[in-house]
Amino acid sequence: MAIEGADIVKAAAFLGAGISMGLGAIGPGVGEGMTAAKACEAIGKNPAEAGLLTRTMLVGQAVAESTGIYSLVIALLLLFVV
Amino acid sequence: MMEFDAQAWVGVAAFVGGGIAIGFGAIGAAIGEGYTAAVANLAVSRNPKLSGEIFKNMLVGQAVAESASIFALVVAILLLFMDRGNATMLKAAALLGAGLSMGFGAIGSGIGAGFPAGQACLGLSRQPAAATRLTTNMLIGSAVCQTPAIFSLVVAFILLFMDFSAAPFNPTWAALIGAGLSTGLAAIGSGFGGGMAAGSSCEGVARQPETIGNVTTIMLVGQAVAQTPAIFGLLVSFILIFKVFPETTQIQTAMALLGAGLCTGFGGIGPGLGNGMAAEGAVRWVARNLPSAADLMRIMLVGQAVSQSTAIYALVVSLVLIFVV
Repeated sequence: MAIEGADIVKAAAFLGAGISMGLGAIGPGVGEGMTAAKACEAIGKNPAEAGLLTRTMLVGQAVAESTGIYSLVIALLLLFVV
Repeated sequence: MMEFDAQAWVGVAAFVGGGIAIGFGAIGAAIGEGYTAAVANLAVSRNPKLSGEIFKNMLVGQAVAESASIFALVVAILLLFMDRGNATMLKAAALLGAGLSMGFGAIGSGIGAGFPAGQACLGLSRQPAAATRLTTNMLIGSAVCQTPAIFSLVVAFILLFMDFSAAPFNPTWAALIGAGLSTGLAAIGSGFGGGMAAGSSCEGVARQPETIGNVTTIMLVGQAVAQTPAIFGLLVSFILIFKVFPETTQIQTAMALLGAGLCTGFGGIGPGLGNGMAAEGAVRWVARNLPSAADLMRIMLVGQAVSQSTAIYALVVSLVLIFVV
């Protein structure tokens, strides 16, 4: 089987897409979990502010999510555009 | 000539796979049991009169944590000594995949099961009257931590014993290695995370034994969510193993399948850990502030859902790699 340069590039793009989204998912998952754990602690200490704390947690997690979305975007670019 | 080559490669894959299975598979249980022993020492120093009870509890907890690496040992021994007749190059890929699945898959469950065992020992020294409740809670929590290792064992057994001789070599070889990586890697986070939740529930039961009903419930809910990334890994493994891929000479199809396994595998580590952290926080505070249990459960689930999102992205990218490109 004759493998041409273009095939190897395509193969690398597919493998890279998997690695990009796979490794890129680790950080946001851990970071958002830490946020949720601390939000639980805060609600346990001060249940009256549950609404405010939920909002703060969600905004913080949304920011932590951004790198996961970057990975997703790069993975999709590698899959369909490059 | 080709027959001889395949036979040799199957032997190579079996030995390398066996080494990976027990080499990586021994990491988790050793760390988990070491943690248990360290905390048990702390517990004995706090309450030396109960050293017998604590010692017994330590051994029971460590035995559960050990099971993950026993699975790895079984797979390694099978890889070394099972009959490798009817050797094809695909068999070599399958055996390597089995070793990867079980080796990585035992890490998280082994470490995770150490947390409830250690915290139950510490709890005994603090609250000897709650001994039965602590041991029960420890056993439930550490049993759930083993599920990701059991998923890995199932994938390893399928790869070891299924007959792949009818499938085309390319791209199926990549699918089989990807299948091992997917469940094996994804199990790391779920096992570790489930253990964190179980550990804080034992700590909580020792602090407030009467909250055990709520604490165990929220622990189980949290652990169940923390299991999802491992279930995604298992799903992708099953697709990669059981889907029939048409023969191709192209390298990119194979790399897409390998990438799919790596993507769900790595992608499950973070969310599994994160879901476990969220569950740990919620369980810890249910024991301290029971009236807020409903709020805590709600915020735990919302937080876990957000943490889960990246595992879902990884699953989607994997499915695109398998079915679309």
